[in-house]
Amino acid sequence: MTDYVARLEKLEHFLIGISFLVCVLIVIVFVYFSFRYKRKRDDEKLEESSHHNTILEFTWSFIPFVIFMGSFVWGWILYSDFRREAPRDSLEIHVYGQKWNWEFVYKNGRKTSNELFVPVKRSVKLIMTSRDVIHSFYIPTFKIKQDVLPGLYTSLWFKANRKGRFEVFCTEFCGTGHSTMGAKLKVMSLEDWNNWLKTDPYKNLSLVEVGQKVFQGRCTACHNSTKEKLIGPGLAGIYNTQRELEGGMTLLADENYLRESILNPSAKISKGYANQMTPFAGLLSEEELSGLIEYIKSLN
Amino acid sequence: MSNYLNCKKGLFSWLFTRDHKRIALLYMITVFSFFIVGGFFALLIRLELFKVGETIVNSAFYNQLMTYHGAVMIFMVIIPGIPAFLGNFVLPLQIGAKDVAFPTVNLLSWYCLVIGAFVTLTSLFLGGVDTGWTFYTPYSIETGTAVIPVVLGAFIMGFSSILTGLNFIVTIHQLRAPGMSFFKMPLFVWSLYSTAIIQVLATPVLAITLLLLVAERVLKVGVFDPAMGGDPILFQHFFWFYSHPAVYIMILPAMGVISELICAFSRKRIFGYKALVFASLGIAVVSFFVWGHHMYVSGQSEWAGIVFSVLTMLVGVPTAVKIFNWIATMFRGSLKFDTPFLYALGFLFLFLIGGVTGYMLAVLPFDVHVHDTYFVVAHFHYVMVGGSIMGIMGGFYYWFPKMFGRLYNEGMGQLGFALIFIGFNVTFFPQFILGINGMPRRYADYKAPYEALNQISTVGSWLIALGFIVAFTFLLWAMFKGRKASANPWGAKTLEWQSSSPPPHENFLETPVVTKEAYE
Ligand code: HEC
Ligand SMILES: [Cu+2]
Ligand SMILES: [Cu+2]
Repeated sequence: MTDYVARLEKLEHFLIGISFLVCVLIVIVFVYFSFRYKRKRDDEKLEESSHHNTILEFTWSFIPFVIFMGSFVWGWILYSDFRREAPRDSLEIHVYGQKWNWEFVYKNGRKTSNELFVPVKRSVKLIMTSRDVIHSFYIPTFKIKQDVLPGLYTSLWFKANRKGRFEVFCTEFCGTGHSTMGAKLKVMSLEDWNNWLKTDPYKNLSLVEVGQKVFQGRCTACHNSTKEKLIGPGLAGIYNTQRELEGGMTLLADENYLRESILNPSAKISKGYANQMTPFAGLLSEEELSGLIEYIKSLN
Repeated sequence: MSNYLNCKKGLFSWLFTRDHKRIALLYMITVFSFFIVGGFFALLIRLELFKVGETIVNSAFYNQLMTYHGAVMIFMVIIPGIPAFLGNFVLPLQIGAKDVAFPTVNLLSWYCLVIGAFVTLTSLFLGGVDTGWTFYTPYSIETGTAVIPVVLGAFIMGFSSILTGLNFIVTIHQLRAPGMSFFKMPLFVWSLYSTAIIQVLATPVLAITLLLLVAERVLKVGVFDPAMGGDPILFQHFFWFYSHPAVYIMILPAMGVISELICAFSRKRIFGYKALVFASLGIAVVSFFVWGHHMYVSGQSEWAGIVFSVLTMLVGVPTAVKIFNWIATMFRGSLKFDTPFLYALGFLFLFLIGGVTGYMLAVLPFDVHVHDTYFVVAHFHYVMVGGSIMGIMGGFYYWFPKMFGRLYNEGMGQLGFALIFIGFNVTFFPQFILGINGMPRRYADYKAPYEALNQISTVGSWLIALGFIVAFTFLLWAMFKGRKASANPWGAKTLEWQSSSPPPHENFLETPVVTKEAYE
């Protein structure tokens, strides 16, 4: 997968191996003692045995100490490699965590949701920040992770040496949708990647299809495209109906209502729901917004 | 004969008692009740995770379950479990004292625990809380759930812990029987002493942190939330500055219990008494400087990670020493495999696995991979359940005849142990593998490849439940109907066994005088 993984696996094998060995040895000793020194009669006489032995006690403190320090140093070396500055020629991609999806922004302005596209055999540096609470970006196959914080950039870099699709998980608890906040990492050849980067994702799509695409990337963590509620209300059939709001008001869900509900959701809270939705103001283009509205209308 | 159980009668003689033994029993009732509650949450969690997809609870509710499971088990069961329950009963007896130094404060501690727990649990009626027991900001600032009662409850329960710690330190310094020098004290007393130091020094930090959190939520003072100009990593530093040492509040006293059990059931003096004493103290001191190992991927600096890694390795040394000393104590002993000793051996085995996986986690790049995955979940359950709960159960069986003057049923005790021990491994061992394969923790749902191991784990949880049902049913029965116990059914050497079972109101009819070494 990556060179780093290959090196880490060696360390892992060492750690698991030595731990297993130590456990087995100790268990053998105490199981043996258990049988050997089992009480046979209640008035059994004990042979005198010592209850202190400086040399022995020193030895069994010193051996673990050496193993611990050795492992620490090995870990340190690898960790420094993991934390070192990404190579100069790395491809930089911005990553935004928000409840509960990942957005990736490439240098040419192309954006994707929950799908990260990178070329193979090229170092990639992710410059990450969160729009709300702390998330954590974890690629299990590459064995790397880094917390993603609001108000601060953190970064993570890797160089994939084979093509494929890999899981990405959020590993910092971030609320109701935490366990669904995953993404797919797609490693492709440089050529494919360059072509992909240049394509217009919305080319030849109708407005409703644009909306559907955006919806699937950004909204499905909280909304169903049916009537069924998830974290937010199901959006089917809401257009052109009277919506009940917290505080007792009702309002007609027309285009302007939908627009405000998406851009600035805390302005009007639907009855029975928490103020949980991320404000999308500034995060969607005008085309995407209109697409979403048309898409919601099409669900009627 | 008049003893502490029958010398006074009526509910108020219990609720307003200042006798350390009765207070211990109040703690026993509280701790075991909450253990059942927390265990019930755990069973629900495992049941939901039996299958991929949403089965019995939705993710919002799941998050509340995992939060309450953690908060109840940590603040209401494990932290008070050994020090406040077993410690309260045994400490004065073991040092030949009539009571603890401040009996009224001792009662106050219990009330702090009960009131704190009550405040925490009121949140259940205010919509519940879903932050996880760690309350990480800014999530805990933003979430609409009932964070404040939980946090205030934990704050109040913190005082219970601080006051108990203070009480024990003074008791140990002031009330030892004539002739009992510090280095003649039983190791359980030493472990309570080390624990008390942590309780007194670390818990206030948690208290302050939780107050800051409340201030931020209510008064909008920006401390931790970047939206208000705060720093979210600061919260993690504060939180773990308490919560790492707290891990040792949970495990050190269990180690003390194990020392007692191994001596008693091997009929031997402990091997390397002083090494064990200094190991306890050493662990207590170093535990204050390793909190950052919870934060390798939080965004703290590279050097911080390296320093915390090496310090964490250092805690491993005294821990290893303890294990070797216990095993050496068994050498050429006369071992009797009664239930308490089985729990001690169970402890050795589980704690060994908890320990070596802790050492693996201290290694930086390995932790980066498995941090916040099921590997960590398995690791700390091996330490907390395999360690603390085994300690509580072993200690409870061991001192049971002293507490109630009756014997428990040996066969049923062993059956309970077997079920718990096997169930525990079936539940948690697969989680190590899940973690290495990358399954994150605190997930209400998971991907299909993780299903098989999750199912094994859930089946294990049923075995554990069955084990505790057996254990508790027969203990309860024995409390009232068990055969009468003699003063010293195990032939143990420490002072508590010189008093009658159950002991009289002020423990000893005649103050004991100590001339021998510990366990001699
Ligand atoms: C983090 C979860 C979350 C995400 C992501 C999210 N929403 Fe919401 N949404 C909610 C919640 C909760 C409500 C109800 C409370 C409110 O009105 O703010 C809601 C309300 C709405 C409403 C008003 C519904 C009504 O009953 O009147 C609309 C329209 C809406 N969302 C559209 C969207 C669209 C479009 C997206 C994707 C671009 C989106 N939401 C993404 C959680 C979310
Ligand atoms: Cu998350
Ligand atoms: Cu820790």
